Amino acid sequence: MWFNVPLFPERASTLANQVDYLYFFIVLNTVFFSAIVFSVAALFAMKYRRSKHPKAEQIHGSMILEIGWSVLPFMIAMVMFAWGAVVFFDYSRPPANAMEIYGIGKQWMWKFEHVEGQREINQLHVPVGRDVRIILTSQDVIHDFAVPAFRLKGDVIPGRYTSVWFRATQTGTYRLFCDQYCGTLHAGMVGDVTVMDPAAYQEWLSGSGQGSLSQQGEKLFIQLGCVTCHRSDIQGRGPVLAGVFGSQVHLADGRTVTADESYIRESIMFSSAKIVAGFPNIMPSFQGQISEDGLIQLISYIKSLKPQPGAPANAPAAPGAKPPGK
Amino acid sequence: MATTPTYPKEHYLNHDFGIKSWLLTKDHKRIGILYLLSITLFFFVGGFFAVLIRLNLLTPDGALVTADTYNKLFTMHGIMMVFFFLVPSIPATLGNFVLPLALGAKDVAFPKINLLSWYIFVAGGAMTLWAVMTGGVDTGWTFYVPFSTSYAQSNVILAAMGIFVAGFSSILTGLNFIVTIHRMRAPGLTWFRLPLFVWATYATALIQVLGTPVIAITLLLVGLERGLHIGVFDPKWGGDPVLFQHMFWFYSHPAVYIMILPGMGVMSELISTFSRKPVFGYKFVAFSSLAIAVFGFIVWAHHLFVAGISVYSAMVFSFLSFAVAIPSAIKTFNWTATLYKGAISFRTPMLYAFGFLGLFTIGGLTGLFMAALGTDIHIHDTYFVIAHFHYIMVGGMVMAYIGGLHYWWPKISGRMYPEPWGKLSALIIFLGFNLTFFPQFILGYLGMPRRYHTYPPEWQVLHVLSSAGASILGVGYLLPMIYLLWSLKYGEVAGDNPWGATGLEWQTASPPPAHNFVEMPVVNEEAYDYSKEREAAFV
Repeated sequence: MWFNVPLFPERASTLANQVDYLYFFIVLNTVFFSAIVFSVAALFAMKYRRSKHPKAEQIHGSMILEIGWSVLPFMIAMVMFAWGAVVFFDYSRPPANAMEIYGIGKQWMWKFEHVEGQREINQLHVPVGRDVRIILTSQDVIHDFAVPAFRLKGDVIPGRYTSVWFRATQTGTYRLFCDQYCGTLHAGMVGDVTVMDPAAYQEWLSGSGQGSLSQQGEKLFIQLGCVTCHRSDIQGRGPVLAGVFGSQVHLADGRTVTADESYIRESIMFSSAKIVAGFPNIMPSFQGQISEDGLIQLISYIKSLKPQPGAPANAPAAPGAKPPGK
Repeated sequence: MATTPTYPKEHYLNHDFGIKSWLLTKDHKRIGILYLLSITLFFFVGGFFAVLIRLNLLTPDGALVTADTYNKLFTMHGIMMVFFFLVPSIPATLGNFVLPLALGAKDVAFPKINLLSWYIFVAGGAMTLWAVMTGGVDTGWTFYVPFSTSYAQSNVILAAMGIFVAGFSSILTGLNFIVTIHRMRAPGLTWFRLPLFVWATYATALIQVLGTPVIAITLLLVGLERGLHIGVFDPKWGGDPVLFQHMFWFYSHPAVYIMILPGMGVMSELISTFSRKPVFGYKFVAFSSLAIAVFGFIVWAHHLFVAGISVYSAMVFSFLSFAVAIPSAIKTFNWTATLYKGAISFRTPMLYAFGFLGLFTIGGLTGLFMAALGTDIHIHDTYFVIAHFHYIMVGGMVMAYIGGLHYWWPKISGRMYPEPWGKLSALIIFLGFNLTFFPQFILGYLGMPRRYHTYPPEWQVLHVLSSAGASILGVGYLLPMIYLLWSLKYGEVAGDNPWGATGLEWQTASPPPAHNFVEMPVVNEEAYDYSKEREAAFV
């Protein structure tokens, strides 16, 4: 077992390079400043030991030194701060055209759902060289999606969606961990991320038997009766949903919010939390009736609805039409 | 000069006898010893859990204990060490014993409240120990929700209430020290003549008074949420789980400064005494303690960088976290500069001070990896964090605590500890510590997550090294306990001022009389004035 002891992690994403370069920079500074403190302390300890230097000189301080060793470390720290902020900014802003995969954490497993309909547990297959965004939520406690080879990590929080993104640079299999303590089998909430050639990934995707996520979502949309109010042909009692995803929604209380995954989730689970301007508060809450999987399917379906020409999404009501619900 | 020191006939230890004279004492020195005994108990309980953790991690499949037991072990290790050892360690023991002596005072400002705070501490500790013995608690010392409120099956409420109660002890001690430092200084002892240990204790006390109520509220809410489902934290009931993290770290980040600031204070005393020089840049060291106390309150969200907070708030907290590192750097440079042209002697306390300097430097610098947003993405919640804060808390604080204990032991007991054994313990602890925690930096960057009962087999070698180091460290901690007890009877008589040190505590007998000073001392010199040779059997 003494052979092949890894001392540095594999590097398999674009983020990994960015994080590592910053890491090396800070390591360099750490070594430099430790070396200064240690060697100066050792030198003084040798040179001014009592047996050799019995009478201490009463020195009280030096303003120049104080200013120097406050300002210089501060400036170096600001370089680290700015550099770290740039990397973090990149990490926090997924590219607009990233492919999306949904992930659900639960005690003690990971479930991933591909838009094409493939589902997997404790396994995640992704293509190499493409931006991938994982949209994450938890069914119970807080988890954390962490792939060390990608230098990537993000908390997975119940009741909301968070996301992480990466672009894998190397095919292979990498370890996936839960990094936020989540109970008994926390250490068992691990899996593999398999990075594949795009062609192999396409082939792997086609193995699904049950239709795409949005198709499954459409079924649910009809089954739950959403379709009776949220109509696509004419203005129903609820807003038209085509094109709503990613748009700015005007609320009855005057605020404007972006319709992202968390907003849609909230509108389904706590339907009276944010009322769209011009619509009555009549939608029932679906809390307890839809699973996290179901929510993902519905969101995927709503995302797939493109705005219809001539029928702007989100208009409270078409001109001349009766105000809804009155 | 050069007369054989004699043991005083009457002192605080034989002033009164019997169990009642201890349990009802209002003497800050005796209360300091009561704290010393109780936190030593908690230290070894917490240490025992650490031993089991390291034993379990000898093998990748965690063969020693079950997953649930393991989760309880690291939780109880954290709770014991943080709330019942590190937070009270230096303030409540050395602080209680030394502070009034260093100020030239008869006692703290509120002696009865001081005793009360010990009873509250013991009550809180007993509740938590009760929780440990009746099944334990498995939430992690951080009590993250909704796990702690809705999913954990263990003694969450009892353990949290133990910490809640102990918090009042911390508040009362802090309050007592603030008033004591303001009101009880000897004539002539101006603010800038105070020993830096007093400045550090003052800064610590401010955090204790201002921060502790927040953790009390937070833990109370966890209890209420768990028992009554009030819907503050769990999204299932309309709460916000990230709110808990903000509230928890609003105390628990400043609390790490409660844990390290007093150690920094001890460090200044040791470096100065054993270099026979004033601390370099006295005012910078003094004000950096206050700066840490103030800035420490506005960096809490750096524990939440990957918890989905906004990118701009992450940037603000990253900037502030770098800013709070500067006062610590200033202190480190000043301690090093204090050695310059000193007359340095390598007695046991000084060896511990050197150990502190080395380990705290590494611990502090590795904090930058977490303050930087880019690297935090990778190392957050890994062993890198574990290694970093153990370098500060154990490498820094515990080194300073044991170093300070050796330094003031002659004052506390009237007798010297055995010097060769003291040096040996400092060396063993230094080596054992590095072997235990340095491999954890490497493990952390490899991606080893915290709080894992099992781990991938390729990481075993590093874990075995760490466990081997822990066994050496354990021996290092047992040694002082044995020879310090031995020295109570067999140690050489110390005399009033065995180090030839400058503080007022050295101008009275060892052990001091019940009321500290026969005559009220008057101060007419600056702190650390070694310009005149002081009488000392000091080599």
